[in-house]
Amino acid sequence: MSALIPRIVAVLAASYLAADAAAQTIAITNGKAWTGTARGTVENATVIIVDGRVTEVRSSARPLPPNAERIDAEGGWITPGIISPFSRTGLVEVDAEDATNDTRAGDTPYSVALKAADGFNPEATSVPVSRIEGVTRIVVAPQSGGNIFAGRGFVADTTGAPGSIQNEDAFVYLTLGEAGAGNAGGSRPAAWAKLRAALSDARTFPARYLAHNEGDALSRVDAQAFGPASRGQQLILVEARRASDLRRVVALATGPMELNVAILGGDEAWMVADLLAEAKIPVIVDPFQNLPASFEQLGATSENAQRLIAAGVITAFAHLDFDAHQARLVLQSAGNAVASGVSHDDALAAITVVPALIFGMEDVGTLEPGAIADVVVWDGDPLEVMSAATHVFIAGQPQEMETRQTRLRDRYMGLTDEGAPFAYRRSQ
Amino acid sequence: MGKHRVFGALLASMVLVACGGGEEASGPVDEAGDDGVRITVNPDPFPSTYTPLESSTLVIRGAIILDGAGGQIEGGMVLVEAGRISAVGMDLDLPDDDSLIDIDASGKWVTPGIIDNHSHLGVYPSPAVSAHGDGNEISGPVTAEVWAEHGIWPQDPGFTRALAGGVTSMQILPGSANLFGGRGVTLKNVPGRTMQSMKFPGAPYTLKMACGENPKRVYGYGGGRFPGGAPYSRMGNVAGYRAAWAEAVEYQRRLDTYAEEGGDPPARNLELETLAGVLSGDILVHMHCYRADEMAVILDMAKDFGYSVASFHHAVESYKIADLLAEAGACSAMWADWWGFKMEAYDGVRENISMVHAAGACAIVHSDSDIGIQRLNQEAAKALSDGLRAGLNITKAEAWQWLSLNPARSLGIDGETGSLTPGKQADLVIWSGDPFSSYTRAERVFIDGALVYDRNDPARQPVTDFELGQPGEGDAK
Repeated sequence: MSALIPRIVAVLAASYLAADAAAQTIAITNGKAWTGTARGTVENATVIIVDGRVTEVRSSARPLPPNAERIDAEGGWITPGIISPFSRTGLVEVDAEDATNDTRAGDTPYSVALKAADGFNPEATSVPVSRIEGVTRIVVAPQSGGNIFAGRGFVADTTGAPGSIQNEDAFVYLTLGEAGAGNAGGSRPAAWAKLRAALSDARTFPARYLAHNEGDALSRVDAQAFGPASRGQQLILVEARRASDLRRVVALATGPMELNVAILGGDEAWMVADLLAEAKIPVIVDPFQNLPASFEQLGATSENAQRLIAAGVITAFAHLDFDAHQARLVLQSAGNAVASGVSHDDALAAITVVPALIFGMEDVGTLEPGAIADVVVWDGDPLEVMSAATHVFIAGQPQEMETRQTRLRDRYMGLTDEGAPFAYRRSQ
Repeated sequence: MGKHRVFGALLASMVLVACGGGEEASGPVDEAGDDGVRITVNPDPFPSTYTPLESSTLVIRGAIILDGAGGQIEGGMVLVEAGRISAVGMDLDLPDDDSLIDIDASGKWVTPGIIDNHSHLGVYPSPAVSAHGDGNEISGPVTAEVWAEHGIWPQDPGFTRALAGGVTSMQILPGSANLFGGRGVTLKNVPGRTMQSMKFPGAPYTLKMACGENPKRVYGYGGGRFPGGAPYSRMGNVAGYRAAWAEAVEYQRRLDTYAEEGGDPPARNLELETLAGVLSGDILVHMHCYRADEMAVILDMAKDFGYSVASFHHAVESYKIADLLAEAGACSAMWADWWGFKMEAYDGVRENISMVHAAGACAIVHSDSDIGIQRLNQEAAKALSDGLRAGLNITKAEAWQWLSLNPARSLGIDGETGSLTPGKQADLVIWSGDPFSSYTRAERVFIDGALVYDRNDPARQPVTDFELGQPGEGDAK
């Protein structure tokens, strides 16, 4: 098991075993359980879920608890639910249709005050599309609309239910590098000047605003919103790619302000891996990125992830293309990272345990006794493109495995003109 | 065709063809009389200079072979001689050749090279700087006169990444802003100093067309002008295609009259030359089209003007009309799972490719992406596994047709490549294992029998001019 995988603080299993007789118990049997803990992978395992929490991962040879509902994994894999550490899932129905797209606002006077959670639609079609492929939790970020500050992102589950946001205010998202330069007026110095001024505004809020009613970079509400992050009390997720940009981010984060920073993108992070490891700054990379797509990605390599992990950098994987609809591809990304040298354990951790750690998601990302029972059953190795999720549980609740896409598929499968016209054909 | 002679500046790239007699005309043409001499257009003014890298006689043994035409051989042999597949099977007789290279590929898989029939490498290269955005002549909705090959930057590092993904040939297309985007070109994926040195010898030209949202958005709403120019709607799109085809029909008629009767040749028109090339069957139509109902309209329009659609591209809704597509013989070049980025992509399903295949239509996995082109085998794997789960009975061997023979067919090069058929060019890949796995990589890639990429030999990994002296030079990709 990788040294990177932290021990999630777990509620003692004993307290769940003592639950009353009416407790809902699910036993997923006959699987290969990747636990995300120091126990590693347990062959021929049964995962016991009681009242929405994992209570035990044990040998399938042992008898099931009384009254347990049995789910047969049929020799497949059982893992913690997959966590997509960066996407715009649920903020968009159709990207190109502005009315359905709440990722960014080019004309707003606000910046850090923008809360992506205000735009989240748990019933967006992209939510179940992600869920049926095993993605149970999503980290969702706003997009910059002409300001280095995009606003604040949130953490949600993919049940599609009301109340599926766990943390409305999980992090501040900002862009540096080429994107930040563009958002700040045309140069990296402009972006950094804006960031320093904003930090100063927020750290002196509200005093400065009592005297002047405005800051150097932020309005009153933006300065207030940036307050916790500017004092190191909330995560700042920084999009940056070039090694020189990353060095400056490290210097800022480890300076007197002691900011809590994570990197998004980081194509050249391997070039400064030791600095990032020492500063304990996590990096979320897209393992597919191996092209000099811009002049800030000249060092892009498919071995970025492997080199970062080898250097001890806290590394998570995201699929950064088509971020509104394709959070599910993080599994393919992780599989490809394995092909480029990452261990299978570290790759699974990079889409479960590590994102949970980075975003402070408590009790998820592992099958530790006491963990919230986000559990996925797979018909094979979850990182294989030919595998699929067969059962998805979120907080112990079995999830529907149907989406608008599967309904369309079922309508047109077979494609025969016999019978009712297509519009009358519904599988339910 | 007969011999060519170039006439002065006025007719810069026009040539003389002596009909029937095979003799060169001498002196100026007598325009009044019909001496059988005609001015015709050189169909190949930027000819391929591709020459295969050096190759040896080669036998690959022990691998699981997918032949690209739907067949599979366990532990068979592939024999390559003079750059061509000479035999595939068990226990082949090997030629008596001292230079024979004998490759033990036990535990590995061998397939035909992947052919991507939808790429913008070179015309939208990496890095994506504005100076190199040469893939779309947005200046008008009908730009059939432009050719993608004139925008290709051979130093695009994307070509080398695609090679490492087992891509041996690809079609480079203009973008989809225009109703008629211009000519596409088919390349061998070999590093070259010039576009011509990559050009697939003998491959027909293609014409890129586009349905739906893109043309009307770019022109109708273009540049912040409201209203912009035509087309502004799908009605305008179809009117725009039809008006252009009508002109092309008239142009072709004048060319035919000239060919038959002589007199003044019609003035050269680069746009109409391309369209007339489609009507005569020399140029293949590749049409960006997402919605099922729109594809059905296009099929009727093509029938009306007497041409056929070689392939619809993106074709996100092909699963809804796979029967019509099978009947029309039109291929669908598709992604495994892209959806939702615009309204016409809203009804995407993961089983699209498998459903099209199962209906007996021609299914192709395409990339339209410098990232996706590096793992088209995985895209096929996703589509296959989703199809299998939905009850469609398709083998891996059949699915490999989506990556090689079917795209070759759509490009008119299936007589030369796309399957491990004796006589065809030896474009093939040795994979580290099952290519339908996330963990498998192309280990060795051969084009015309020559080893052009070897994952284990840095000397066989091309590095573009752009990457020399940069942080990424020669690094693992």
